[in-house]
Amino acid sequence: MTKRPDQPAATARLDASVQGLIGTALDRIDGPAKVTGTARYAFEHQGDAPPLYGHIVGATIGCGRVEQVDAAAARAAPGVALVIADDPRLVSDSASGSEDALPAYTREIGYFGQPVALVLADTPEAARAAAALIRIDYTIADGRFDPPALHDAADPDPPRPLIPNRSIGDVDAAMAGAAFTVDAVYTTPHHMPAAMEPHATTAWWEGDRLTVHTSAQGLSGTQRMIAGSMGVPREQVRILSPFVGGGFGGKTGVVVEAVLAAMAARETGRRVKIALLRRQVAHLVHRRSETHQHVRLAADAEGRLTAIAQESIVSQKPGRGFIEPVAFGSLSLYAAPARRFTQALVHVDLPAASAVRAPGEAVGSFGLEIAIDELAEKLGIDPIELRRRNEPENDPMSGKPFSSRQLLACYEEGARRFGWERRSPVPAIRRDGRWWIGHGMAAAFRGNFTVESRARVTLAPDGRATVETDMTDIGTGTYTILAQVAGEMLGLPARDVAVVLGDSALPVSAGSGGSFGAGSSGSAVALACQTIVERLAERMGVEPDAMTLKDGHAIAGNRRVPLADLLGGEALSVEGHATPGAHTRSVAQASYGAHFCEVAVDAVTGEVRVRRMLGVFDCGRVLNLKTTRSQMIGGMIWGIGYALGEEGVIDARTGQFVNPDFGEYHIPVHADVPHLDVHFVGEADGWANEVGAKAAGELGIAGAGAAVANAIYNACGVRVRDMPITLDKLIAGLPEA
Amino acid sequence: MHFTINGQSFDVEPDIRTSLLDLLREHVGLTGTKKGCDHGQCGACTVLVNGRRINSCLTLAVMHQDDEVTTIEGLGTPDDLHPLQAAFVRHDGFQCGYCTPGQICSAVGMLDEAAKGWPSHVSESLDDGALTDEEIRERMSGNLCRCSAYPNIVDAIREVADGARDERRVGEEAAA
Ligand code: FES
Ligand code: FES
Repeated sequence: MTKRPDQPAATARLDASVQGLIGTALDRIDGPAKVTGTARYAFEHQGDAPPLYGHIVGATIGCGRVEQVDAAAARAAPGVALVIADDPRLVSDSASGSEDALPAYTREIGYFGQPVALVLADTPEAARAAAALIRIDYTIADGRFDPPALHDAADPDPPRPLIPNRSIGDVDAAMAGAAFTVDAVYTTPHHMPAAMEPHATTAWWEGDRLTVHTSAQGLSGTQRMIAGSMGVPREQVRILSPFVGGGFGGKTGVVVEAVLAAMAARETGRRVKIALLRRQVAHLVHRRSETHQHVRLAADAEGRLTAIAQESIVSQKPGRGFIEPVAFGSLSLYAAPARRFTQALVHVDLPAASAVRAPGEAVGSFGLEIAIDELAEKLGIDPIELRRRNEPENDPMSGKPFSSRQLLACYEEGARRFGWERRSPVPAIRRDGRWWIGHGMAAAFRGNFTVESRARVTLAPDGRATVETDMTDIGTGTYTILAQVAGEMLGLPARDVAVVLGDSALPVSAGSGGSFGAGSSGSAVALACQTIVERLAERMGVEPDAMTLKDGHAIAGNRRVPLADLLGGEALSVEGHATPGAHTRSVAQASYGAHFCEVAVDAVTGEVRVRRMLGVFDCGRVLNLKTTRSQMIGGMIWGIGYALGEEGVIDARTGQFVNPDFGEYHIPVHADVPHLDVHFVGEADGWANEVGAKAAGELGIAGAGAAVANAIYNACGVRVRDMPITLDKLIAGLPEA
Repeated sequence: MHFTINGQSFDVEPDIRTSLLDLLREHVGLTGTKKGCDHGQCGACTVLVNGRRINSCLTLAVMHQDDEVTTIEGLGTPDDLHPLQAAFVRHDGFQCGYCTPGQICSAVGMLDEAAKGWPSHVSESLDDGALTDEEIRERMSGNLCRCSAYPNIVDAIREVADGARDERRVGEEAAA
């Protein structure tokens, strides 16, 4: 793309790609460790002496007060080392924001499963058996467990939202004067992050120094909150998280087991291991709030939008700050003079709500993108054409230019690859035996952020490089892409770059979350390398631009010098520091995409099968074709799950999830997922960050489920606005077979 | 008690409540086998017992005296990958890696079941042996992947299954 004067310079070497490493489909460098079971996750940390196993005992009520706890039998049980019950050394909840410590223990119960006791024993079996002997007496109070029942009392302007309520122009007037309108309510249920690795921690003390091997997306916040909870300076706390068995937002904060393990290790002088049971994960880790979205669209006779409104109600536990930013992906997607995006909040006595993969977009895209599909049908124009007609020139919220926006190209390329022109504009036309066949599409949008991040790159005397940062790889491919960035910048093959992650003793990174990890940590690595390049150029006696680095050699003029010779027996070590930078404020930055889906709906039972799906994406520079594609298919499959299966169901009498495990919280399985096609159309975006990569990890999910929902409507003519689209919601409306 | 795991002998006296999974992870230090749910719902704990795939969280260790247990560590090492392990790396059949040992052990067992002609829910007939993608998906559906690497896992298994079939055919031709 065109270079602008205020663009970061470090991208030049990546653009040139002399080493040919950046962007390639390099196999994951941590792959062999993962496929052989040698990668060690948090609960697998080995020590010299046998550990103690902890078991957390949670409240079996959702609201009320602990009156009395009898732990005598548990204390006397075989194998038990220590029982800490109804005790201020415990904590009452996890934390996922900017807290300095986890909330203190309290007898007031605000959610089902809230910790009341911790049992430590020589074996997990002994700990669990003893835990069953603890008797807790409660006074039960009426809890607020059913968010929709509380909507009348919602706070219309809750404090500290992620995106403030915004209103531009007069939506009501536009609706009144419009040729075509959509005015409907869409809902999404509670969602769980449900990483495959349950939250787990191994903790031990050496003198006054604490080491916590845990499963975390970001290490510096984890260090701060554990140190705060333990009442020690953070320099005394070391966090290790080299392998993380999935995050999806659920590991952005600190969950109770980490602090309880650290506390128990201090109390006992032993190494302590605690893992949440799968059913505890649902309650002690946060959920994504259910959403109630009132969407209004107004359009003139040509299909130009005159108003967009998405007014939502979400829920949160008192005292917690996160408000699901439903309209995040809707804000800048379409042009329209009148715009209104608001969020109201109800307080509930349920597990806290917080960030789950693509906060906002993952659920908000159902409301907006189904509504757009409904509007297209009313107007009698193709859904892609409707979107084209409403493609904004500049960011419709701020008026700023877009840094890069290949959304129209995503539509075009997607339509071509998918065969969109063969879709029937009229629903319930196409049959394949007992199946109704339909096609749908939706746009994908994910805001791009760069977050402060540091990394150290060391060029050893032998010319090999090591990248070190406290960044994590939660399956996103960080190990591999950082090796590619460093290898490309320094002219080294991937095998000559080692990457060390997941240790809080290393330079502080952005962490994994919000799709900012690759761009931010990659930029820190690129900046460190850039300084190394300048120093090498000095030794070559040339300007950096006049020097090429390739295959471990510096090349300038007719000289080709091995890096080891330039280094002269000394290592070069530089820390790179990436910051959002002034240029990022002058443009609107986001990643874009378009999803296309074909479904089959059983004409008798209403069973839905996704037959094929395509995603075309603009996420700036693709750092690794293989791992980025994997991120996209992962997100698309989450979209399938959100459209068809995932639904956290709360028992409105007790406030507990009735389906807190994989048996009943239905995430997609192999048989639900066809072959998926992914294609990229983006180019390096120099405004985004030094590596030119825009948000990727959450882009794939945004809009994916809406494409499935729109395909279902196109197949059978039943419009379902309450997710997930289970067959009971289709069956009554199915056309006569 | 005596256990044979990856061809090695272990003498352990486990608690009668200890699952085979916890025996592997907590007693003999083989942490490659993962615990995702402890309820038989996710397949992360899949190992091979006497060659057949099994959810090791759903079976007690004391039931496996003298059984031959094979875990992910018994299939290959980082420097000497099993063909399925190599195919998973090539096709990016994983992201976080936590379900991966279970997927791979399950695939080993599954390919053997298919080779023996065992039908699945989606088999057209009892003697239709073709291992289509649909068959692979059906037969692997007990192994969940929240990172959702499913299409890549199918590609990895497909490659090995086709390779294995080709080898068999070569073998058959040679024998004929
Ligand atoms: S841990 Fe055994 S099936 Fe999930
Ligand atoms: S690779 Fe993460 S759960 Fe499968």
